[in-house]
Amino acid sequence: MIADLLAWLTNPEHWRGAGGVPAQTLLHLYYCVVSVGTAMLIAVPLGLYIGHTGRGATAVVAVSNAMRALPTLGLVTMLVLIFGLGDTPALAGLVILAIPAILAGTCAGVDSVPSDIVDAARGMGMTSIQRLWRVELPNALPLLIGGVRSAMLQVVATATVAAYVNLGGLGRILLDGLAVGHYEQMAAAALFIALLAVAVDLVLAGISRLVVPRGLALAAEANRDGS
Amino acid sequence: MIEELLRFFASPGYREMTLTLLGEHVYLSLTPLVLGALLALPLGRLAQRHHRLRGPILGAASVVYTIPSLALFVLIPGVLGTPLLSPINVIIALALYTAALLMRPVLDALESVPGHVTAAATAMGYRPWRRFVAVELPLAIPVLISAVRMASVSNISLVSVGALIGIGGLGGLFTDGFERRYMVEILVGIVLTLLLALVVDLVLVGLRKLLTPWSRASKVVSEP
Repeated sequence: MIADLLAWLTNPEHWRGAGGVPAQTLLHLYYCVVSVGTAMLIAVPLGLYIGHTGRGATAVVAVSNAMRALPTLGLVTMLVLIFGLGDTPALAGLVILAIPAILAGTCAGVDSVPSDIVDAARGMGMTSIQRLWRVELPNALPLLIGGVRSAMLQVVATATVAAYVNLGGLGRILLDGLAVGHYEQMAAAALFIALLAVAVDLVLAGISRLVVPRGLALAAEANRDGS
Repeated sequence: MIEELLRFFASPGYREMTLTLLGEHVYLSLTPLVLGALLALPLGRLAQRHHRLRGPILGAASVVYTIPSLALFVLIPGVLGTPLLSPINVIIALALYTAALLMRPVLDALESVPGHVTAAATAMGYRPWRRFVAVELPLAIPVLISAVRMASVSNISLVSVGALIGIGGLGGLFTDGFERRYMVEILVGIVLTLLLALVVDLVLVGLRKLLTPWSRASKVVSEP
């Protein structure tokens, strides 16, 4: 079993060309970045608006909870039956699945900003837009990025599943292995999928450390020590 | 649309298949929920008592949770030697996800039990294990159940991915419907999955009320 896996991994055929591991990994990554990026363009402004005004927050929580129960394979197969085979319907499914987590994270982030901080900003004469941009958004970043991270995990997993409706990526290698009954190929693909998911999550965690304002990180640390 | 739905349910073949798959879905999603909770409790207890184990346990949980479901379904047979097309793989994978998801809440819930409560139990002669079962665990139930609710929703939605390797409960309706280009079948699968998640969630809410009678009593007392 391990020997078969090693044989598959060391076969140079599997590392070359459009069907090889590097190309499919890049394709997988490309799908994920494009769909999470698109979902952010929709969900972050909407979440900031909802969090800032407080309008529709209950609806967002209800919808994003219901969306977590939505079976990804069902959504993807249905979109492809409606809009036909091709990358766009499958990617649209990934965007739809990524939106709730980012929206909920953004709303929760803005919502978590202590009201005395917002009041202080108002007292200093900041306008509504300034408060949103310079106070609420930076304070919301930890939870916002948390939302992006869980959306990204969801999308990496679903992009694998979407190989069933002919999307490329590492799921392609896995399902092709299943079709011909080569377990070592499936296991190798599964291994790369797991590694990709962990690596992407680590990168996002790193980005989170970089962009979250230093003061916030210090405050969180102080709170942790204090408790 | 409604006509097509009626036609779907009028066909005895589809009706029977849907019911069988629904039963399989319940079994494949709820068994791991119980197993995962049973795994998370002792691990949470371990992490609570031994601070050195906390980092590794929580770290392992977050790595497990990061691995996409299809990959885990495929990797488990390689590690455990189970047959590739066995329901055991799906059950073990989902139990691992459940345990990983419950780890942090279990730890938080156990830590939230006030020190004077455990001290009182110790003073009354409770041994550590009995104190855990009779005092700390019941007090942790509200937090625990809300985490189990999250895990149940996630399990019920993940089971259908198993359809790609032949064991997926209602997910079978997605692959079958996709191959036949029969949209109603997929739609029925989606709606039944959502309904199942809703019903299980309501049952868990009821369970919490049943298991924590004191929360209702204290509400009545605290009213002016």
